[in-house]
Amino acid sequence: MNTILRLSISIILLWGSIANCQSKMVEIKGGTYIPLYGSDSLQVSISDFYMDVYPVTNQEFLEFVKTNPKWKKSQVKKLFADGNYLVSWESDTALGTTQSQKAPATNISWFAANDYCSSQGKRLPTIDEWEYVAMANEDIADARYIENYNEYILSWYEKPKTFNNEIGSSFKNYWGVWDLHGLVWEWTSDFNSVLISGESRKDVDNDSNLFCGSAAIGATDLMNYAAFMRYAIRGSLKASFTMKNLGFRCVKE
Amino acid sequence: MKFLKMNVKLLGIVALAATLFVSCNSEKKEIVKKDPATIALNGTMNAELTAPPFVPEPVGDRPAKKLIVDMEILEQEGIMTDGTTYMYWTFGGSVPGSFIRTRVGDQVEFTLSNHPDNKLPHNIDLHAVTGPGGGATSSFVAPGHSKTFSFKTLNPGLYVYHCATAPVGMHIANGMYGLILVEPEGGLPKVDKEYYIMQGDFYTKGENGAPGLQAFDMKKAVDEDADYVVFNGKVGSLTGDNAITANVGETVRLYVGNGGPNLTSSFHVIGEIFDNVHVEGGDLINTNVQTTSIPAGGAAIVDFKVDVPGTFILVDHAIFRAFNKGALGMLKVSGEENKTLYSGVKQEGIYNPEGGTLQEMPDDPNAKKVVVNTNKTLAEKIKSGKDLYTKTCFACHQANGEGIANAFPPLAKSDYLNADVNRAIGIVINGKTGEITVNGAKYNSVMTKQTLTSEEIADVLTYVYSSWGNNKTNVTTSQVDQVKSGH
Repeated sequence: MNTILRLSISIILLWGSIANCQSKMVEIKGGTYIPLYGSDSLQVSISDFYMDVYPVTNQEFLEFVKTNPKWKKSQVKKLFADGNYLVSWESDTALGTTQSQKAPATNISWFAANDYCSSQGKRLPTIDEWEYVAMANEDIADARYIENYNEYILSWYEKPKTFNNEIGSSFKNYWGVWDLHGLVWEWTSDFNSVLISGESRKDVDNDSNLFCGSAAIGATDLMNYAAFMRYAIRGSLKASFTMKNLGFRCVKE
Repeated sequence: MKFLKMNVKLLGIVALAATLFVSCNSEKKEIVKKDPATIALNGTMNAELTAPPFVPEPVGDRPAKKLIVDMEILEQEGIMTDGTTYMYWTFGGSVPGSFIRTRVGDQVEFTLSNHPDNKLPHNIDLHAVTGPGGGATSSFVAPGHSKTFSFKTLNPGLYVYHCATAPVGMHIANGMYGLILVEPEGGLPKVDKEYYIMQGDFYTKGENGAPGLQAFDMKKAVDEDADYVVFNGKVGSLTGDNAITANVGETVRLYVGNGGPNLTSSFHVIGEIFDNVHVEGGDLINTNVQTTSIPAGGAAIVDFKVDVPGTFILVDHAIFRAFNKGALGMLKVSGEENKTLYSGVKQEGIYNPEGGTLQEMPDDPNAKKVVVNTNKTLAEKIKSGKDLYTKTCFACHQANGEGIANAFPPLAKSDYLNADVNRAIGIVINGKTGEITVNGAKYNSVMTKQTLTSEEIADVLTYVYSSWGNNKTNVTTSQVDQVKSGH
């Protein structure tokens, strides 16, 4: 009797920990917001959806690669991932010695990230979904006008090697989502839909819509600068590109 | 004026004659300048890239070539000033970035590589490029990737290059600028020494001198409220052991750029006059210039012959930037003195307007009547000492006794000061030259003797000793008198 009880408890615990490994999601209540770059119109509507609490970790991506051999670095098609894909991994199925299992998975192409999410019945977030959730700080849903929120984001650009920090080491935001700022950049499904030509000054002249949030000096200005960098990095990417400071997380309806 | 007019007339006649002459021999020599776009390439070479203050070899009379330039972008922490670091974004690992030297007609094949550890995409806008964005559009590159584009150098001159990725101001403020030189056919006239200097303004969370890794401050950058204005990316990059050097009689050419992002430089070398200035880095040459204006995103080529030995200070003559924000460098010239050009101090005297003549300094200090107020409290002494300090000492030793790295030693928490009161008194009375070591750093400059009364010296030293973590010695007038009579 005792043994059976112990066994069942341990099974429950084991199940619990596996469930924990399957990344937790939280519900994001939809709404409207004005993005920094409105591509078509100023107001963007977001429907309710669920988002991963943490970025996908090295450990999680390793499990995925083990069951999906086409994503092993020795077998991946060059069309779908550039030469730096999983560059820090020791082999097809082993992380590098300096890599933390619980650090976000990086050097992943858009194709690989996209496939990972669909294998779990999820998808990559859109830019608008990602930005909508990421504009929250610890306390409020839209913290973009709060100075220290922007300063936190800007200061990340000056901290070296944050890609190897473990998930859950930055902050948990209003929605209960961790690490949107402070660890790595993240892929979005439509990363290249807002086109930055690479000549940002030209963009200023040609499309004032892109600068709808840039009216005032002060917090607004800081906000632009923090957000500009995300749009700049997205604009520099192609779907096969991989980067040491670029990871991802998934969402679902 | 008349002379000038005559000259112009004469010139006209000569030109006319020359034209006639040339037209007779038009087969022999072209007088129309070749269109640089049609200059043919003769071979391929890898460009030599140098970190400041050095420049690559002159082009000389080499033909136009296909010139391969490989530049790497590195985001890396570096020293801003003693105790303060900054996360620099760099072209080639230095601020300013590597110097590129080309000649008119070169076909530059430019590869820009963004290091995988970097967080941000970057690009390059070279002002020497004729084409959209100066190359920015074609060179926008994500971390861990590289981009190649090519351009033909059409216009000779000295040009700035910089990163033009959003937010442009921040990329420049973090150090992403450098110079590219396009020499005319046959090269610039030969000189003895050439150096590469570039000014930039920096905006940090903490004030000037605040310790530790300092983050970029966007608000201050927008307000154009710089904490540091420096040559070659940091305080002291061109002072002390890092000073640029020349020998008496040599001609020195400086390639001076201004990365900005905000401030215009009033570039000046104390104790020299520029013989020639390529105004704004172009063809126009102005001669005998004291201070040349270098706009943000602009450059100038200056040259001058150094005739006498000594240390010549390079400054932004918006002078608080030099002495309080770091825009100070040194050119050390060694060689024989030339007393006809510069005599040094010939005679020292006391100027006495009532007497109408200069008088010799009295040998006997007691000859000078000093009214001594022996009843001053310590607080009164400190108060009067502080006023004196502000008038007399502040310019070099700075408001909080912090001094200026490599130029003027600190008085704050100064081991040298606290070790020996009488020595300190002696220095105020007699001045000081030669090398001393203060708090582990070597200084080799000149402090002039101060014309203060014994009481004033006692007050100002008491103030210094009771401030900034020093040992609170109360210096008395009689102590000062003793040191005076001891000499």
